[in-house]
Amino acid sequence: MERRVFSISELTGYLQARLEGDPVLQGVWVEGEISNFTHHSSGHMYFTLKDSGARLRSVMFRGSNTRLRFRPTEGMAVMAYGSITLYPKNGDYQLYVDAMEPAGMGSLFVAFEQLKERLGREGLFDTASKRPIPAMPRNIALITSPTGAAVRDMIKVLRRRRRDIDILVIPAQVQGEEAPSSLIRAIGQLELLEIDVAIVGRGGGSIEELWAFNDEGVARAIAASPVPIISAVGHETDFTIADMAADLRAPTPSAGAELATADGAQFCRTLDGLAHRMGLALRRTIASHRRHLLSLSASVALQRPDRRLALRRQELDGLNIRLERAMRATLTQKRHNLGAAAGRLDALSPLSTLNRGYSICTGPEGRVIRRADEAPLGTRVIVRLAAGHLGCVVDETSGGVQS
Amino acid sequence: MTTRAAKEPVNAGIEGAPRSFEEDLARLEEIVAALESGDLSLEDSLKLFEEGVRLSGQCHKRLDEAEGKLQVLRPGGAEKIVVEDFSPEEGK
Repeated sequence: MERRVFSISELTGYLQARLEGDPVLQGVWVEGEISNFTHHSSGHMYFTLKDSGARLRSVMFRGSNTRLRFRPTEGMAVMAYGSITLYPKNGDYQLYVDAMEPAGMGSLFVAFEQLKERLGREGLFDTASKRPIPAMPRNIALITSPTGAAVRDMIKVLRRRRRDIDILVIPAQVQGEEAPSSLIRAIGQLELLEIDVAIVGRGGGSIEELWAFNDEGVARAIAASPVPIISAVGHETDFTIADMAADLRAPTPSAGAELATADGAQFCRTLDGLAHRMGLALRRTIASHRRHLLSLSASVALQRPDRRLALRRQELDGLNIRLERAMRATLTQKRHNLGAAAGRLDALSPLSTLNRGYSICTGPEGRVIRRADEAPLGTRVIVRLAAGHLGCVVDETSGGVQS
Repeated sequence: MTTRAAKEPVNAGIEGAPRSFEEDLARLEEIVAALESGDLSLEDSLKLFEEGVRLSGQCHKRLDEAEGKLQVLRPGGAEKIVVEDFSPEEGK
């Protein structure tokens, strides 16, 4: 008979295929106790799950274990969900864990899922029924523990954003058996107190500590409240049923306070911007009206009778002035002409001739002597000078024949 | 099983302010739009401007000057509700 001899790798490969091909082992829930737990610096968790009869090496990688809602500890009873795999290098089989929860929590989560589905079907989580958070509420109620960091954080953030907002703390139990009824009572008071917006919240905690926010009564009270409610149950990744029923969900109480109101200083800046635009618009309006008025008054003035009269008078004055000017000009011209004529006249007058040195010689009958032969030797003549005259006797003549 | 609220609601005391900030802002935006349209008479423009200035002033006053109250609800005797000042330092 032939022996079938496998190499170790071949056999291991076979085993690996068998294990990883088995649907029972891929995606399986196991229950056991944690031992030899290590949380490696890489972020991966290595541990052994055991019961009285067997041990199972397990690993939960960082990508999966960051979603854990509890801290696994030595000796803790847990339920783990994952797949079996074989690591050929060391011949080990392991459970790669995808999800894990404390044993006994299972029934709680089942109840959670059932409630979530039921309320969802009733429409409690519908986006359409969520009330808008007012941008600038005048007041806000904080339904939370009056002690602890959560309430202080919310007050600090609110004051930073709005120094004017009125804050009312409505103390409530946020964990334990009494918590749901305490929360429901507080939520019921919001409408009576005329609150504009409320935050229902608390700081972080374990699943058990937050469980009141998965209560059906609390969810219904939140959904029914006419006052907008922000749920701020301090766990970044978890969604409680209160979160789903609320009008807005915040990951932490401080974040809730940020979402509850707009920033007052920013609102003031918006107001200032509008006031500025108002001023500009008004100035433009006034300027346009003024221009219109001016153009109207200009055209209206020309139609008025007294204005027309004034215009006529102005024309008249104008004509008068022109007339005067013309007359003065003419007068000046005439004077000038007269002057010129007088000048000429003056030049022609015998007196001016005499002034120039000439003399007029007259004979015995008073006849002006122009030629020498008109006054033979011995004639008595009168020589008239510019000033005075001379009586003379001619004792010499020469020339005198007119040519 | 509702408890009767105290006579004075928490937000009382703001002088003549039944209008919300949001309503005031909306009205202001209306006024600005109307003024910028340029279709108004001078009197209407002036009236609207005055209203706008008043609104803006009121809002500013409330935001800048009002000191918001910080109070806590305490159950009084016989289920009466009492509102008193809150100091977060008390308790751990």
